Amino acid sequence: MENRSLVTIAEHSKERILYLLEMAKEFEKKPNRKILDGKVVATLFFEPSTRTRLSFETAANRLGARVIGFTDPKVTSSSKGETLKDTIMMVSNYADIIVMRHFLEGAARYASEVAPVPVVNAGDGANQHPSQTMLDLYSIYKTQGTLENLNIYLVGDLKYGRTVHSLLMAMRHFNPTFHFIAPEELKMPEEYKIYCKEHHIKYKEYTDFNEETIADADILYMTRVQRERFTDLMEYERVKDVYILRNKMLEHTRPNLRILHPLPRVNEIAYDVDENPKAYYFQQAQNGLYARQAILCDVLGITLDDVIEDAKK
Amino acid sequence: MSDNKQALQVAALKNGTVIDHIPSDKLFTVVTLLELQNSDSNITIGNNFESKKLGKKGIIKVADRFFTDEEISRLSVVAPNVKLNIIRDYEVVEKKQVQMPQELRGIVKCANPKCITNNEPMTTLFHVIDKEHGVLKCHYCEKEQSKEGIKLL
Ligand SMILES: [Zn+2]
Repeated sequence: MENRSLVTIAEHSKERILYLLEMAKEFEKKPNRKILDGKVVATLFFEPSTRTRLSFETAANRLGARVIGFTDPKVTSSSKGETLKDTIMMVSNYADIIVMRHFLEGAARYASEVAPVPVVNAGDGANQHPSQTMLDLYSIYKTQGTLENLNIYLVGDLKYGRTVHSLLMAMRHFNPTFHFIAPEELKMPEEYKIYCKEHHIKYKEYTDFNEETIADADILYMTRVQRERFTDLMEYERVKDVYILRNKMLEHTRPNLRILHPLPRVNEIAYDVDENPKAYYFQQAQNGLYARQAILCDVLGITLDDVIEDAKK
Repeated sequence: MSDNKQALQVAALKNGTVIDHIPSDKLFTVVTLLELQNSDSNITIGNNFESKKLGKKGIIKVADRFFTDEEISRLSVVAPNVKLNIIRDYEVVEKKQVQMPQELRGIVKCANPKCITNNEPMTTLFHVIDKEHGVLKCHYCEKEQSKEGIKLL
């Protein structure tokens, strides 16, 4: 049987991305169903990530599946020296899908190769986090009505920010113009700029973050600027308040602008922005539920037609 | 005196393979990659011969052994310019060069300490994404590494 695991969406075609977004849209219309009745979803979190786990477990529960799993690696046998393969083989006896978060890069790829059941990557170290990218794409699609020809501004930590890298790669099909706004120490790595050139993605770089730079934005994607990312703490002190979005900066922005953030935020979006209708980060998190419902069904071979048909029940 | 004749002088080979133009400091790595230490064949190993191109070079002669393309491709990361002479009845009947393969399985160690391959008993796999410059990409953690930084398992 073909392994339908989701490890990364970097290689997904345009059609495949749009297909999954259509499926997410169907789940948004009707999130509570019995389409996964009788299925068992295992959530294996070798590294804690409460938001991602709650989102996947809610997605499974609202589709009628049962959930088993663990979060804390200390209570599992991995700390007793059991290999990842052995854990995966054991859990495969019980579950129809494995949703896995791991601190090691490539863990999801490896798990998908050894597991007889589909594996969904819920984050493998600094590598991939495809369900986050799907919910980001869905949020952009929903708020802009399209993914085509958008001005997307990525702000903050563009060096270590896994989510912005995955988003950049997934957007290559849709003729975006990217704007990279980051401090010198955290700017977009060279390999992603090369990726942009190879895929004819337009981009501009800035170190200033102000009203003028964001005037033409359709999407403003904010990320955390974390102290521990800086080798030079003087530099951190200098820039820590530069990459903060404040409500007054939004006055002359486009009406269709929406602000995204993978959450949790620290201080990079001032609380006065929350009341602005352009703030979209809480709905964005909710979209994660529909995106993950689509992912769980897709890895089990449930099609868009099945999902549409199921809604009539 | 040609390289071939110099090689043949070490010990005449009736049938087998002469591996020539091995950089001297890579000689024993080549031995390991071809698993010659476990071989029953009659093997002659010479090192630090003079070479116009390399300064010093090593030569390995293996009697009655003909390597597959897969075996030869293992050498691509450490000694891409190695030449193989296939000998039959004391004559060179074929010359082979090392070709960089599409992928390298179980040969290279991933440089990323947070890669699953460095933390789990499993076989590494690299995709060769730039044959000319020897750029590899780990199949698992997706990190790229260049030939200069490559460590063998
Ligand atoms: Zn790796």
